[in-house]
Amino acid sequence: MMSRNPDRIFYGLCLAVALGLVFLVLGIGFTLLSGSWLSLKKFGLAFIWHRVWDPVSEEFGALPFIVGTVVTSLVALLITIPFALSSGIFLAEYAPARMAGPLAALIELLAGIPSVIYGLWALFYLVPLVRWVEMKFGAPPFGLGLPTASLVLAIMILPYAASITREVLKMVPPEIKEAAYGLGATKWEVIRGVCIPYSLSGIVAGLLLSLGRALGETMAVTMVIGNRSEVPTSFWDLANTMASVIANEFTEASKDLHLSALVEIGLLLFLITLLVNTLARIIIAKLQVK
Amino acid sequence: MKASTIHEPKGPIIFDIRHLWAYYNDKPAIREVTFKIPEKKVTAIMGPSGCGKTTFIRCLNRLHELTPGARVEGEVLLRGQNILELDPVLVRRKVGMVFQRPNPFPTMTIYDNVLAGYKLLGQKLKREEADATVEEALRKAALWEEVKDSLHKRGTYLSGGQQQRLCIARALAVKPEVLLMDEPTSALDPKSTAKIEELVVELKNTVTIVIVTHNIAQAGRVSDYTAFFYLGELVEYAPTSQIFTVPQDPRTEEFLKGKFG
Amino acid sequence: MSRLFYRKLKDRLALAAIVLLAFLPAFPLFHILYGILKQGLSVLSWEFLTHLPKPPGEPGGGVGNAILGTLMLAVMASGMAVPVGVLCGVYLSEYARGKFGEVVRVAADVLQGVPSIVLGIVAYLWVVKPMGHFSAFSGAVALAVMMLPVIVRSTEEILKMIPETLREASLALGVNYWRTVLKVLIPTGMVGITTGILLSLARIMGETAPLLFTAFGNPFWNLNPLQPVEALPLTVFKYAISPYEEWILQAWGASVVLTLMVLGLNLISRFLAWRLGGR
Ligand SMILES: Nc1ncnc2c1ncn2[C@@H]1O[C@H](COP(=O)(O)OP(=O)(O)OP(=O)(O)O)[C@@H](O)[C@H]1O
Ligand SMILES: [Mg+2]
Repeated sequence: MMSRNPDRIFYGLCLAVALGLVFLVLGIGFTLLSGSWLSLKKFGLAFIWHRVWDPVSEEFGALPFIVGTVVTSLVALLITIPFALSSGIFLAEYAPARMAGPLAALIELLAGIPSVIYGLWALFYLVPLVRWVEMKFGAPPFGLGLPTASLVLAIMILPYAASITREVLKMVPPEIKEAAYGLGATKWEVIRGVCIPYSLSGIVAGLLLSLGRALGETMAVTMVIGNRSEVPTSFWDLANTMASVIANEFTEASKDLHLSALVEIGLLLFLITLLVNTLARIIIAKLQVK
Repeated sequence: MKASTIHEPKGPIIFDIRHLWAYYNDKPAIREVTFKIPEKKVTAIMGPSGCGKTTFIRCLNRLHELTPGARVEGEVLLRGQNILELDPVLVRRKVGMVFQRPNPFPTMTIYDNVLAGYKLLGQKLKREEADATVEEALRKAALWEEVKDSLHKRGTYLSGGQQQRLCIARALAVKPEVLLMDEPTSALDPKSTAKIEELVVELKNTVTIVIVTHNIAQAGRVSDYTAFFYLGELVEYAPTSQIFTVPQDPRTEEFLKGKFG
Repeated sequence: MSRLFYRKLKDRLALAAIVLLAFLPAFPLFHILYGILKQGLSVLSWEFLTHLPKPPGEPGGGVGNAILGTLMLAVMASGMAVPVGVLCGVYLSEYARGKFGEVVRVAADVLQGVPSIVLGIVAYLWVVKPMGHFSAFSGAVALAVMMLPVIVRSTEEILKMIPETLREASLALGVNYWRTVLKVLIPTGMVGITTGILLSLARIMGETAPLLFTAFGNPFWNLNPLQPVEALPLTVFKYAISPYEEWILQAWGASVVLTLMVLGLNLISRFLAWRLGGR
């Protein structure tokens, strides 16, 4: 039985590591919860809809940031959708194979550019552009704020959304496409009537995953959103997202309650992204059963 | 009836299999198999597709139990010792296996593939000893002349037939007492098949061989004994010359006439 | 007849719209590359790559400490994430049956979705707070957690692709399972596993958010894991939002270096994956 023991030990090691991964995730949740305990105790659930965030008087509410995060992410997603779908459709259906592969790889490479560099670029190229638009519309010409943040987010999640769309579309079985062609459908009619309906839930899941990314995106947003901790009243406003307020204030938070409130925002952000990602994964899991 | 169709071989016995049952998720694939396999002979396992040939020989080196949900009951005595109670790792040192498709280790050279049974166990061989083992095993597998100048190339560069002989050499290098072969030629061309068949006949001087084959003619050419399986049961077992000329069981007869797949 | 014409016209219009919408985003995306190269290349020099930063107003200076810090963080994070990730992948592919395996997979998926800034908070609470000060180690912890899910899932997938007969070939030689895993399966899947590791590295090398309150930044050379350390993305951030002309220019320079590192890793892993697929 000598030689069996090392196998047991190795199995034990692997199992321990796998258990460790599970505990790591639980530990993250637990740490966020215990770290936000002070704030949870003081403000309760009202933290979520309280409109004031004032570190000086130690009054904390997360609404400005929740609004900032939700608005920028959703607007970014709306902007991205037509472009991402078109890119995905083009790569999956129209581009010749020899061109589609390299193009898709290029898109994924661009998706790998660090977020802080998107932020730098946005600060120096996007901000003047937005300022110019704002002047045309008679809005206060900050250049920074919700529109700039939404735009840079849209650009950042586009490669990701496009490559998922492409992958999902490529899973459409060729037989059913051929069946539609056999009925005399044009290419667009096949895409519209067969490919998109077939892969719709996959595309939706991909868009949800992209939304999940946008929600947690920090640096680029922090650099262009203007960092104003009030509930925005118009789309041209300066604002803050959940991620950007943490990035800005965490190291400066000298009071325990302030830090705890920031951790609670982290907890909320964790929960929101978890919700969106889980939704996406459920859709994907259903897809694979089918 | 049953007693008469299961032959009792003369001479030294290597495997004494008693009341063997093998299951996949509680579904039996081998039912109540009892017979003896003689030493230094070639025993062919035959039968229609899905009758349990692979399952059976994988019980002889305890690979069967690696399949999730698989289970074995009964006794398999290797020289009187029940292998089901031994450490499987030791059993597999004594009972080597060659698979249906050649499966050399893709990351290893030809040389290292032959020595895999030592290297993977972390056993260090002296240089001369290692060289000698490699040459001997490759010679036994009738591959030496073809590869002696390219021992340090990847095993996967060889042709299919050569790869299969490399796998035979790999199994022989650890000096097993028994070599199990599961349809070793079914993925090979006729020429390579002929080479392997020659090899099998040659090898029985040094090692006991149990070979699964679909091919009736092949069993006739290489084997001394033939066991015929049907739906998980051992239907007939006898010297090959006898089973091929006067089969006792009607199912054996029909199979030999080519009635089922 | 006219109906067919109408359908064909629609087909053409759809194609035109798709091509237009598909290629429009290429403009900003390539403009980013253009911006980095145009602004950044002028800053690049031997001094820039090897020297410490100078205070604002003084010309010259470089990001040598940030490059070193980024490499150091990458090495430390890999040191933690690779063994754990690979073993966890081995568990999922070789041992996991039933419910618990699913739980581990879900855990990896959840981890993959955690925003990086949140991991920064967690590393702060786990390491920085107990230690009482910022450190390279705390940053590496946050980055290692980010690497883990990628390594776990890619290792699992690669090992699952290895044909069963290779495992059996090794086991049939009387090799124990753990040696089979370490000496047959992992070497066979090495290219794929390496690809996963490099991809995960590319993913974390450009991360800023989790370093803001862990590694924190440090204007001097540092190789002590228990002290704060500079990192390229931190430099880019700090310089980009600074009011000084020359720092902003250096932010572009640091971006070039960072982009080259990240794209380089991406390209290498892509090349490996392509070779793997080609064989
Ligand atoms: N992994 C498995 N799980 C469940 N059932 C299995 C498994 N492998 C084989 N079986 C079943 O066990 C029976 C015997 O299979 P086995 O592979 O031993 O047959 P075989 O005689 O080797 O067939 P072939 O000639 O096709 O190789 C078959 O009915 C098969 O469906
Ligand atoms: Mg078989």
